[in-house]
Amino acid sequence: MSSRKLPPGFREEVLDSDTEEYFVNMGPQHPSTHGALRLALRLDGETIVEVVPHFGYIHRGIEKQAESMNYLQYIMLSDRQDYLTAIQNNWGICLAFEKGLGIGVPERGEFIRVMLAELGRIASHLVFYACFGGDLGGQTALLFGFKEREMIHDILDEVTGSRLTTNFFRPGGSVHDIPDTFIPRVTSFLEHLEKSMVDYERFLSKNIIVLERTKGIGILSKEDAIAYGCSGPVLRASGVSYDVRKNDPYGIYDQLDFDVPITYRGDTYDRYVVRIAEIHESIKILRQCIKLFPEGPYRSKEKPSIRLNPGSYYSATETAKGLYATYVVAASGDKPYRIHTRGPSFANLAALNNMARGHKISDLVSILSTIDPVIPEIDR
Amino acid sequence: MMIPSVPHPLGDWVRQMIPIPELAFLANALICIIAICAVAIGSAPILIYMERKVCAHIQCRLGPMRLGYRGTLQTIADVMKLLFKEVYAPSGADKFVFYLAPMIVLVAPFLVLAMIPFDHNLQVSNLSVGIPFVIAVNGFGILAILIGGWASNNKYSLLGALRSGAQMISYEISFALVLLFVVMVSGSASLMEITLSQSGTILDWWIFKIPVLGFLAFIMFFISSIAELNRAPFDIAEAEQELTGGYHTEYNGTAFAMFYLAEYINLITISSLASTCFLGGFFPPLIGVEAVDTILLKVPGFLWFAGKVVLMIWAYMMVRWTFVRPRVDQLMALEWKFLLPFNLLLLALGAVYIAF
Repeated sequence: MSSRKLPPGFREEVLDSDTEEYFVNMGPQHPSTHGALRLALRLDGETIVEVVPHFGYIHRGIEKQAESMNYLQYIMLSDRQDYLTAIQNNWGICLAFEKGLGIGVPERGEFIRVMLAELGRIASHLVFYACFGGDLGGQTALLFGFKEREMIHDILDEVTGSRLTTNFFRPGGSVHDIPDTFIPRVTSFLEHLEKSMVDYERFLSKNIIVLERTKGIGILSKEDAIAYGCSGPVLRASGVSYDVRKNDPYGIYDQLDFDVPITYRGDTYDRYVVRIAEIHESIKILRQCIKLFPEGPYRSKEKPSIRLNPGSYYSATETAKGLYATYVVAASGDKPYRIHTRGPSFANLAALNNMARGHKISDLVSILSTIDPVIPEIDR
Repeated sequence: MMIPSVPHPLGDWVRQMIPIPELAFLANALICIIAICAVAIGSAPILIYMERKVCAHIQCRLGPMRLGYRGTLQTIADVMKLLFKEVYAPSGADKFVFYLAPMIVLVAPFLVLAMIPFDHNLQVSNLSVGIPFVIAVNGFGILAILIGGWASNNKYSLLGALRSGAQMISYEISFALVLLFVVMVSGSASLMEITLSQSGTILDWWIFKIPVLGFLAFIMFFISSIAELNRAPFDIAEAEQELTGGYHTEYNGTAFAMFYLAEYINLITISSLASTCFLGGFFPPLIGVEAVDTILLKVPGFLWFAGKVVLMIWAYMMVRWTFVRPRVDQLMALEWKFLLPFNLLLLALGAVYIAF
């Protein structure tokens, strides 16, 4: 048995079954691998014995490109990592640069950042809701989730000039101030969203088939979640209360009142519940920001080219997917010596085999969907 | 040789025109075949358009809007596209079986459609064993899926075919049992007799005639027929998100169009069965008030029948775009642990109802 030649990536493992296993390539062209991800499946009938994720199909060498770009140009590349949380990536990069420059952000600038980031978080979680529903077989949920997300993108479009790849924040603030229509638009959008979330939750959260499909499936224990370096909703669904916004606050998150939703079973349903609860927390944060939104400058200082003081700088932010950390090594000159990004999807995806083992193909699809990976961020 | 002849205005006219009985029989049979094919194939594009519109409006979209008035020509264009595509088989596929599957997939729905009484005189063949015949030929559709999935030389197709095989074999049982319930209470297996046993007011339809039991039987029929139809939420054989198309992953062009067409003709046949067995067939929904009933009776029976069929199809579409898909083992558990015992209980209760 052990002398058998396995495809690359699989562990040698003796099974006590008489049946013949077989191997299926899921992806890179597959409707539910969320991009160019390839999963090599080792199947016993329909039961998954082992999953090996292979990635690198859309590797663009972003970190290497950064070394030949100046600091401001790199902000554009952060959009191209996790495109669903582009605005939060911008923030993470800018935080590291601000540390290197030794500058802060004016209060209005901080509020703009928080509000846009939370809108981005809602948009990302709505995409999760859509894909999760779609992956379970409910095509209607797919369209529902994208409907409200489009409204967020309309707002982002007005503010940043771009729907998806925002490229909006700069060290010390943002490119330009927000338009006057921003606050009224967000206010009316939040009212609309709260109404539609009631319907959306009724559509999936209490559907008996969804509950049967998700409860007790793909359990990731607390210890495993920590060991794999998971973060974000995947970690919090397993019962670890860790949110960078609370544990290591950046921006003005320490002044805002919000909760970190956590659940304890760590199954597919819990990961879904955590994300839905986070949408509500984001609505809460946005409401507070609208109430407190100050006047004043939006950017601390403008300089045509920025040069970081030599040294290494680290910033950690909580995007919708989890811990997004940037490590910048600055030498003299206007280009970084090295920039490394720690993306959340990469670590979360590593736990896939642990979660999916022993379940059916259908469950693998829903488990992968609750990891909510964005492949360009894994490959970079 | 004895030529079976059923009195019918059109049939009698053909028999008058063609003096040789064998030839007249052949001509009549040809007319029937053409009529059935025309109805089924002609209504499939309409159903596809309807499905797109129903689905779009559930999902807050408009659906096809560009081609023709409100997108009415969209399905025609799609059919043309599929017909003009090159049909090819993947390397390593069993070519003969691969091309055979899309041909036999259409056999079952047409055979069932031949049994359906559309009106008093509008039925191709009034078999006295109508229901057993329907159950028997309806299982034919699974053959196409099984061999099509197997011959494709694709692991996803094979998985889809095997899933479909398991599903159809399981749900055939409760599908047959619930039809047997109708046979038992109506006292005949002929579909025409079953329809005639529901004459009278709306309360004489089998869905309402037996208190509670009839309605429960209808629900059972509805659930098992969704599985029979291979439609979402029970479309585990296709399961786009899991198996990228299941058994028809490797089919394209006309071959795929056949599978697609069969899905919608199946929808017509199963809905026709539902309206024949439970919704009074071609009888209008009389409510017992003289003034209303005379108006209702003026509408020809086949229009009532078509209306009921469209209502059933609409219900199937609503279900399809509302629910998510259960897992394979959950689908099996639903059949063997819930539907089958419940159906047997239903049969027993039906027997008790007849006895008293």
